[in-house]
Amino acid sequence: MTVSDTRPPEEQVPAPPRPATSRPGWQGAVHRWLRSTSTGSSTFSVLVTAVLLVVLFGAGSIRYENFGYPQVALNLLVDNAYLIVLAVGMTFVILTGGIDLSSGAVVALGTVMAASLLQAGWPAPLVIAVVLATGALLGWLMGLAIHGLQLQPFIVTLAGMFLARGICFAISGPSIPIQDDLFTTVAINVVELPGGTFLSYGAVLALVVVAIAAFVLHRTRFGRTVYAIGGSESSAALMGLAVGRTKVGVYVISGFCSALGGLLFSVYILSGWSLHGIGLELDAIAAVVIGGTVLVGGRGLVVGSLLGVLVLGTIKALIDFDGGLNSWWTKITVGVLLLVFVVLQRVTGRNSGTAS
Amino acid sequence: MSPAPSTAVPADPAAVPPPSDPVVAMTGITIQFPGVKALDDVSLRLFPGEVHALMGENGAGKSTLIKALTGVYPYDAGTVTLGGAEQRFTTPADAQAAGISTVYQEVNLCPNLTVTENIVLGREPRRAGQIDKRASRRRARRVLSELHLDIDPRSVLGSHPIAVQQLVAIARAVDIDARVLVLDEPTSSLDAGEVAELFRVVRSLRDRGVAILFVSHFLEQVYEISDRMTVLRNGRLVGEYRTAELPRTSLVRAMIGRELATLEDLERAAPRPVEAGAVPRLAASGLGRKGAIEPADVEVHAGRVVGLAGLLGSGRTELTRLMFGADRATSGHVEVDGKPVRLRTPRTAIARGIAFLSEDRKGEGVVGDLTVRDNVLLALQARRGWLRPIPRRAGDEMVARYIKALDVRPADPGALLRNLSGGNQQKVLLARWLLTEPRLLLLDEPTRGIDIGAKAQIQELVAQLAGEGMSVVFVSAELEEVLRICDSVVVLRDHSKVADLDASDATLDGVVDLIARGNTRD
Repeated sequence: MTVSDTRPPEEQVPAPPRPATSRPGWQGAVHRWLRSTSTGSSTFSVLVTAVLLVVLFGAGSIRYENFGYPQVALNLLVDNAYLIVLAVGMTFVILTGGIDLSSGAVVALGTVMAASLLQAGWPAPLVIAVVLATGALLGWLMGLAIHGLQLQPFIVTLAGMFLARGICFAISGPSIPIQDDLFTTVAINVVELPGGTFLSYGAVLALVVVAIAAFVLHRTRFGRTVYAIGGSESSAALMGLAVGRTKVGVYVISGFCSALGGLLFSVYILSGWSLHGIGLELDAIAAVVIGGTVLVGGRGLVVGSLLGVLVLGTIKALIDFDGGLNSWWTKITVGVLLLVFVVLQRVTGRNSGTAS
Repeated sequence: MSPAPSTAVPADPAAVPPPSDPVVAMTGITIQFPGVKALDDVSLRLFPGEVHALMGENGAGKSTLIKALTGVYPYDAGTVTLGGAEQRFTTPADAQAAGISTVYQEVNLCPNLTVTENIVLGREPRRAGQIDKRASRRRARRVLSELHLDIDPRSVLGSHPIAVQQLVAIARAVDIDARVLVLDEPTSSLDAGEVAELFRVVRSLRDRGVAILFVSHFLEQVYEISDRMTVLRNGRLVGEYRTAELPRTSLVRAMIGRELATLEDLERAAPRPVEAGAVPRLAASGLGRKGAIEPADVEVHAGRVVGLAGLLGSGRTELTRLMFGADRATSGHVEVDGKPVRLRTPRTAIARGIAFLSEDRKGEGVVGDLTVRDNVLLALQARRGWLRPIPRRAGDEMVARYIKALDVRPADPGALLRNLSGGNQQKVLLARWLLTEPRLLLLDEPTRGIDIGAKAQIQELVAQLAGEGMSVVFVSAELEEVLRICDSVVVLRDHSKVADLDASDATLDGVVDLIARGNTRD
């Protein structure tokens, strides 16, 4: 805290209040633009991610033939639909300043539950409902523990992760194939797009989830409260906002999204297995951060998380196309990118005066 | 103008005729914290359309009183009425819903959201189930223009200086139609122009009938803005006054003057004369830190107690911290026993035999979950290095000796420190530093917020230590205390040293005058 500036009385000529920005020239203009909306500085981070995506993709198109085909780009959505949904749930949680380490395990739980219930002859719509409800319930319990008992989200969701993973094994150790009609139909059929391209139903669903999330975050009181909590939880409480309900709510959303991601994953892979999705929660966190959302909360866009997933997908695709590179290079690249983005956030955060 | 009212007697409330019925009346508020009464039978009345200053030094109970009003702390006795009806708020949200808004020094808004969002958050206009952003912005614009504030409602709150953020917080209060606005030290980090802007807005709200409770330690500002004031000291009501009828010297006296309870005079030898040519234990020349304390000279000789007197924010704590290396000086140099020393970190100071008891007892000293014994031995053990543990029996003996010497209660080395009263915690911290046998002891408000008995014991101890040759720098908000136990007094005002008096020349009136003078030339 700074000590007050006490000037000698003779200097106390009332000055006009300081203008918000005083930088001259084009830099000032850019700065003012960045600050002109609540999402201005977040928009900047998302733009950086978008540029990165374009650069990566462009580099791939030049380096490898066939990389530039539109379907390669669409396949990023198809192959990562489950991760997009996961990242959306994670975005809600991280915007409040929390974290959800359970989502990868909940994905596995979703696949195992779906596969074993279908095997037992349950109707597919009921199975879907049960899986989604289970995810939401787990999230609700974790949210209650985090808010009600004032526990660290890290520990609570770590416990949730072990719990979900354990339940998977309790249900079935070995992998269970999925042969249900609805699941296989959704897996095989695609939405035809102009130019002979296509998207899977899963990818379309993931995009719908992103759109709904963006609406909720920006157009509802719940969404604005999510941002307010991330900005300052104590202030949000002093302003009389529904802090408790909202904090529990984001974990319900994350649990629900994880279960939905699990369903998409079971459609994608047509099996349920306890060891599916190991480390997936970390991919989701990486995508959210690369997408410009600040880990301490309050700043970020759900669209950024979508782009973050696509960046991760592009890196994976690039290394697959090369063929000569070990797949561990994906991890190395993602690691470096994460670091770069966190540094970038620190720098832009400082510039826009909202660094913590 | 009438002569200064005697500060020992609470002013008769009837002496200030009420302009109308009070909107807020707090009566007989008492809050008991472990070991000390934070508030003892305090009353406060706020009338519509007045700016009421709440005055008092650190630990006087201002913040506690505000927290009792706004539902943060429960009170043990007393009543709060709002608009004539008794209320008991249990959360800040309750108080806010009833029309009491608070603007804190550290703005309680969300820096990551826009000005508009911060004004309407939680009460956004909605259309067809979704937030109507255009209507939100219209409403924010209307409130801002009512207050004649030129702030872009679309800008992010965090991009503005604190002053503007505070004005936005006030705009939010206006938007929720607050009847009572509490401003808790809003001006501490504002410059003159920003204060003028804030006061303009405060006056316009007052003229609309809002009751404003204003807390500040800048006398000049209080005299500029307030209509009436309530003065607290040591958790007790000193009195309620009309600002225009209370001369500044009387206010300062009311805030830091005579203790209500009588303390026995200390058996104190006459100040030891400083021998000509003696090397001071600590000599600071031009010691200062930009923005915190102007360069000042201080000399502390062996066996002398030097008091630092001044109001809160005058720089007394800042100067002490520089002498310990807790903050880094930006000017001046320090000599310890005649040798130049660069006090970059507390470690340097400790190695030279300097010890520092911080005013922030909770934040910088007490390890509540350790026992009394461990807390006492902490600094000595740190000094020995962790590889050379203090033998158990020697440790027990030292702890027992200090518990007895300082009369720590309960006299149980195994008690957890957090279960002790404030005064006893302070004694334990004092014991911690005394064990390291410092040659210069810096005490920053060692008697703040502790009961009278413990206060007297600490004062006696300081006198005794000085008698044994230790040098002491003693910072206190209570002038009488400083005058009673110090050999010389350094007077600070507005971040600079204004006088260096020998105790024999210093009188209460003289020092009060020095402290208040800066605030009277306007």
